[in-house]
Amino acid sequence: MTAIRRGVAAAAFVTALIVPAAASAHRQWILPSSTVLSKEGSFVTVDAAVSNDLFFFDHVPMRLDAMTITGPDGAKLTPQNAATGKYRSTFDVELAKPGTYRIGTVNDGVFASYKLNGETKRWRGRATELATAVPAGATEVKVTQSTRRVETFVTAGAPSTDALKPSGQGLELQPVTHPNDLVAGESASFKLLLDGKPARDTEVDIVLGGGRYLAKPVEAKVKTNAEGLFSYSWPQPGMYWIEAEARGGASTIPNAERSAAYVATFEVLPE
Amino acid sequence: MRLTAAATATAALSGFAAGAAQAADLQVAVEIPRLTVAEYHRPYVSMWLERGDGSAVKTLAVWYDGKKAKEEGKTWLKDMRQWWRKAGRSETLANGVTGPTRAPGRQQISFKAGASPLGALQAGQYNLVVEAAREVGGREVVRVPFTWPAKGRQSASGKGSSELGAVSVTVTP
Repeated sequence: MTAIRRGVAAAAFVTALIVPAAASAHRQWILPSSTVLSKEGSFVTVDAAVSNDLFFFDHVPMRLDAMTITGPDGAKLTPQNAATGKYRSTFDVELAKPGTYRIGTVNDGVFASYKLNGETKRWRGRATELATAVPAGATEVKVTQSTRRVETFVTAGAPSTDALKPSGQGLELQPVTHPNDLVAGESASFKLLLDGKPARDTEVDIVLGGGRYLAKPVEAKVKTNAEGLFSYSWPQPGMYWIEAEARGGASTIPNAERSAAYVATFEVLPE
Repeated sequence: MRLTAAATATAALSGFAAGAAQAADLQVAVEIPRLTVAEYHRPYVSMWLERGDGSAVKTLAVWYDGKKAKEEGKTWLKDMRQWWRKAGRSETLANGVTGPTRAPGRQQISFKAGASPLGALQAGQYNLVVEAAREVGGREVVRVPFTWPAKGRQSASGKGSSELGAVSVTVTP
């Protein structure tokens, strides 16, 4: 049993870290049971999974090791009743204080490909392991350092922004419109930051969940402007999935390419 | 037609005189429809004032389950989505604003100028907004425009189609 669970967790972990090309094949998501609440002390329950169809858990669970919950005052909270099953992970969050909570993971990883004795080899792991992972005789070494942020937001009472403060690392969202203040038919704006600086010309994919029941997916591609800003007018209420990926920015590994991804789940309510 | 115009003019004149007396008030009548459904719960109802640009001035009434243990009734306040977003989530409700849910039928409530929760209202065009949200039911919003202060007795009405019936507003100088 333990071995099986470990296997599942390992699979999810690999998916979470995996190279950008593979990341676009499957979508990672964190789905809260509610995003707008009117009573302090309420709970939300959260699903976290990796799948093609949004938001159906039918592939692998997201690993909870890196799951961080930041309260309205900036304090870190522990997920309650956490469990990882075959297809999804789940946990509860108590909203003891009024304001906005950030729920998410940040995964840092390194991907390397190289040639050794005429054979192409691939490796993935952590930055600290890179030096010993690539053999001395390797040629055509290509290293990509990736940071991948997956998150969602939940608010009890009036929305607040303390938990949304950017860390300055990786690709992040700075709200212009609060992510828990989204209404169908209205336009919302957000700024993307790469290592704290505007992520210009960055493509953002926006997909409405529930695609299983739609003949044609409701999705859009928008681009950030020179200030890193993008806007989108929500065509209908629902849970939306947002993904952006940026190249460039400073890598902590010499000669490594940099890839940073941002993924979020937003709830858009009817007017 | 001429008669109406004359009547209005008279009302306006007398309204002008009475306005100075500061007895102005706002009366609201809301029809909560009787519904034949398998599971009926009285709706949560909120009433608030909006300016012409849609921004909220203040909440006048919230009828909800305030007597439940551990304030459980607050859980569903957010289901009155427009009210929650525009006013409820950020407003400290004035005394006397909240009350229990009301039964189907015509429900009346009135607000006096100068007294909580209406207080001193700046002259202008407003909407009285009523939003109803029912457990295992729907949600509906009705807006009724009026001018404050009234120069004479002024009535306006709106009508819902599912969770609210007729909503009428009477403003007196």
